Amino acid sequence: MDMVLDLVARTGRATLSLIRSAGALALFALAGLSHILRPPFYGRVFVRTFLETGFFSLPVVALTALFSGGVIALQSYTGFAQYHAQSAIAGIVVLAVTRELGPVLAGLMVAGRVGAAMAAQIGTMRVTDQIDALSTLSTNPMKYLVAPRLLAGMIALPLLVLVADVLGVAGGFTVAVVKLGFSPTAYITATLNSVKAMDVTVGLVKATLFGFLITLMGCYYGYNSKGGAEGVGSATTSAVVVASILLLAFDYLITDLFFSQ
Amino acid sequence: MDQSMTSAPPKIRIRDLHKSFGDKKVLDGISLDVPPGTSFVIIGGSGSGKSVLLRCILGLMTPDSGSIEIDGEDVLAAPAKRRDQLRSEIGMLFQNGALFDSLPVWENVTFGLLALNKLARTDARDKAGAILEQVGLAPSVGDLFPSELSGGMQKRVGLARAIAAQPDILFFDEPTTGLDPIMGAVIDGLIVDCVKKLGSTAIAITHDMASAQRIGDEAAMLYRGKLVWQGAAASLMQSGNDYVDQFTHGRRQGPITMELRR
Repeated sequence: MDMVLDLVARTGRATLSLIRSAGALALFALAGLSHILRPPFYGRVFVRTFLETGFFSLPVVALTALFSGGVIALQSYTGFAQYHAQSAIAGIVVLAVTRELGPVLAGLMVAGRVGAAMAAQIGTMRVTDQIDALSTLSTNPMKYLVAPRLLAGMIALPLLVLVADVLGVAGGFTVAVVKLGFSPTAYITATLNSVKAMDVTVGLVKATLFGFLITLMGCYYGYNSKGGAEGVGSATTSAVVVASILLLAFDYLITDLFFSQ
Repeated sequence: MDQSMTSAPPKIRIRDLHKSFGDKKVLDGISLDVPPGTSFVIIGGSGSGKSVLLRCILGLMTPDSGSIEIDGEDVLAAPAKRRDQLRSEIGMLFQNGALFDSLPVWENVTFGLLALNKLARTDARDKAGAILEQVGLAPSVGDLFPSELSGGMQKRVGLARAIAAQPDILFFDEPTTGLDPIMGAVIDGLIVDCVKKLGSTAIAITHDMASAQRIGDEAAMLYRGKLVWQGAAASLMQSGNDYVDQFTHGRRQGPITMELRR
């Protein structure tokens, strides 16, 4: 009997704490978003974060996209050759890259790179009282630290995804032409025929949401970290893990919403 | 309420302040008057509630009950905007400096002035040099980053940042912790100079007795969230109070018991 009660109590406590964290996160997100719209604006912080998130993520995202596009071309060739449907490869590559691989892979890369760095930086500021120091210097930390980062994420990620889309297709093109012996003009024509504005747009919508999720998690876990170096470490881990999971979950939801018929 | 109030209204007036974390009472009914222009030192062991008291006055924490008045204005009842305004009149030197490590020293020093738009960005570098000189640093230090500074220099930069906006009230959180005794004395000297020059009211929390006597005009001792003694800082070493005596002389026996596990 005691064991049953204990189990019920534990489940209840876990549920309550989950609801409490979700509520805290939602309030944090709303506060961060509302500060994006209200002055003062910290352009300098925005530009620095934007460069860090967007520009300096370019090499990682570019390489990821190139190889993924290439591998899709290679894999689909092996599959489709059995049915003599090789000509569909260009279409498959462009669809996979613009709808899924571009946003998801760029998102995961940025989560690992930028989300982690944000959590570590803001977490260190928290445990060394720098966030309190901001408040004593007439600066709202949500406005100064969080709002510019959220905005930078939401703008930088779609741009990165556009680059990833182009390079993913280029990766597929390279493999198809160099290794599989496709004619370059035929491949490009097939690509242009199968690229859809809707696919690219939904990919960019995803990217905006992912950019928000990644920076939100980095800021939230960093902002609420406590307990010195260890606390900052676990904040960093949580930021990356939770952002990655949410990213994949929302990717599914959006795909279901737009493409499920 | 009490007679001392009739002379000059206190700069900071605290009444019956309570704050708990879970079932641990950190502040247990603190009442305190700090007259204008006084340097007030609060001593007490680790975990006695000193930092929490400062954080409550600064607005970084909200007390559970009680009132905090600055110049007769109830800070806790004031609307958010006014509270921010009151807060901007307090300069704070954090225990470990809390300098922004992503910004150069000059930007750290002028951060508050820039945030309040009291200074144009183009003039900030020169202004920072002038403030740095007040705390005994060369203006060229402004181009360094906090990580390139020694502990004593970080404290000086922290002090420069705290006094930059010429605040009415200055808080010092363990200003000498982590410094050697000579550097501690130097920082104390700077603090006394700055407070005098600005005519500010100061509250310092410390467990360094030498520092407490150098900085303070008045002193009080916190123990388990309560004020157990208040008097002139000069009388700290011969207060006749059991708590203060045990603390100032570092005795193991006495009314203060160490809680190693809480």
